[in-house]
Amino acid sequence: MSPKTPSKLEKILRAGHLAVTSECGPPRGSDPSHIVHKAELIKNHVDAINITDNQTSVCRLCSLAACIRLKLMGLEPVLQMVVRDRNRIALQSDILGAASFDIHNLLCLSGDHQRFGDNAQGQNVFDLDSMQLLQTVRRMRDEGKFLGGDPIQRPPAMFVGAAANPFADPFEIRVPRLAKKVAAGAEFIQTQCIYNLDKFEKWMTLVRDRGLHEKVFILAGVTPFKSAGMARYMKTKVPGMDVPDEVVKRMAGTPKDKQAEEGLAICVESIQRLKEVKGVAGFHIMAIEWEERVPEIVERGGLYPRPAV
Amino acid sequence: MIVAERKSIEEIVEQLAGVRSVLVLGCNECVTVCEAGGKKEVGLLASALRMVFLQQGREVNVGERTIERQCDTEYLEEVRDMMDSFEAVVSLACGVGIQFTAERYPSKPVYPGVNTCFMGAALERGVWAERCQGCGSCILAVTGAVCPITRCAKRLLNGPCGGSTSGKCEISKDVECAWQLIIDRLKALGRLEEYERLSPIKDWSTDRAGGPRKIIREDLRS
Repeated sequence: MSPKTPSKLEKILRAGHLAVTSECGPPRGSDPSHIVHKAELIKNHVDAINITDNQTSVCRLCSLAACIRLKLMGLEPVLQMVVRDRNRIALQSDILGAASFDIHNLLCLSGDHQRFGDNAQGQNVFDLDSMQLLQTVRRMRDEGKFLGGDPIQRPPAMFVGAAANPFADPFEIRVPRLAKKVAAGAEFIQTQCIYNLDKFEKWMTLVRDRGLHEKVFILAGVTPFKSAGMARYMKTKVPGMDVPDEVVKRMAGTPKDKQAEEGLAICVESIQRLKEVKGVAGFHIMAIEWEERVPEIVERGGLYPRPAV
Repeated sequence: MIVAERKSIEEIVEQLAGVRSVLVLGCNECVTVCEAGGKKEVGLLASALRMVFLQQGREVNVGERTIERQCDTEYLEEVRDMMDSFEAVVSLACGVGIQFTAERYPSKPVYPGVNTCFMGAALERGVWAERCQGCGSCILAVTGAVCPITRCAKRLLNGPCGGSTSGKCEISKDVECAWQLIIDRLKALGRLEEYERLSPIKDWSTDRAGGPRKIIREDLRS
């Protein structure tokens, strides 16, 4: 199918290449050099860069502004948008704002509950949920209409994505839930960090059984562990994360000064195994505050050089 | 019922600074059932206030009364004579009753003796949980009679989110995931296939978002 938007990410996926995306978290201040520096580290090794939206509900420089920074550098941003902090007026308005800077990728998310962040006493909005945001942006793009029905001058041309967590509960609805997101308009999926590869492969089997891999591009999410402590933290403290005991043991059994290398090795091994899984259309590498190692992961994962489209 | 919690005696005393007579006014409805503001709590609070005022060396006349409903003008009228003897009122009714009492007696300061918390039910003695947020447009028919607006911390209409773990919500292991409950219930009803229906974007204008709400039933008006 020919691309529906000017998105480079969409072009790469539709051309049948394994796509590579990564992400940068904006700074907790107004200095743009932080985001520029992170992007410089990874720009030659990824096709697009996600900018997180106040992740874990910790207040940061806004995702849209950081995406504009990337555009000014000539890079391809994926604007992450959570429905926690904005109602339908603000969401549609920000979509148009992003489109005015020709930001062509949007990832629609619920967002972590605010109790995890530095403003736990704040209100949340949740006027729409992530599926309804998908429907909203598809309507804006495909029908050229606001939710209220009025026409949009120069509708947003955005490739629309969503997240999927194959490891959250209940497992039996994880694939139906993906089907729902596809029905709502998701064109690409970036998954939660995959450590339990067996379970992910089981999920992918169910995805293929329903033919969903032919309707949506699934980018497998990976995050390298920097230390055994991080592995334990991810296992016990992060909601919806599935880190098998043997992975934690492997990290814990490695001398402290070698743990970072072991974490990278596990990440590269995961990519190599996941490349063989039918229906995996690419990778989303979330190297949390470790962007400098992304190029190495991409190269060792056999995903370099990146295709020109 | 409307579930309320008693305010601390310190907060109530602070509200009553300088007051020389106060009526503690209970309500015989919801707050009685949830043991926050019925006749028994009126007695307890009045005794506690008398103790504190005595310790403070203040002479304060503390009266007690519990009426059938503070959200009904008819019952509020019953205390009109009594009101003249008191400078202020501490109402142990829910926020509705407190305001309605104040509306009925415009010259009387009325102070809250409880925090009104939610519409809920008693899970067991001493434990109450929220079940309805009064959004004004009930969707329980499609969610297996489990309300995601009330019971999902993100009020997701197409849940669960990725934070659902072992049936629990990401905000706390003590909070059940509403969408796990919905899915379990749909399964028990043999209706799990309905899970895949997308819930449409909600019209929140019947909710708090639409401004203060009012219902007018012409058929009941005389």
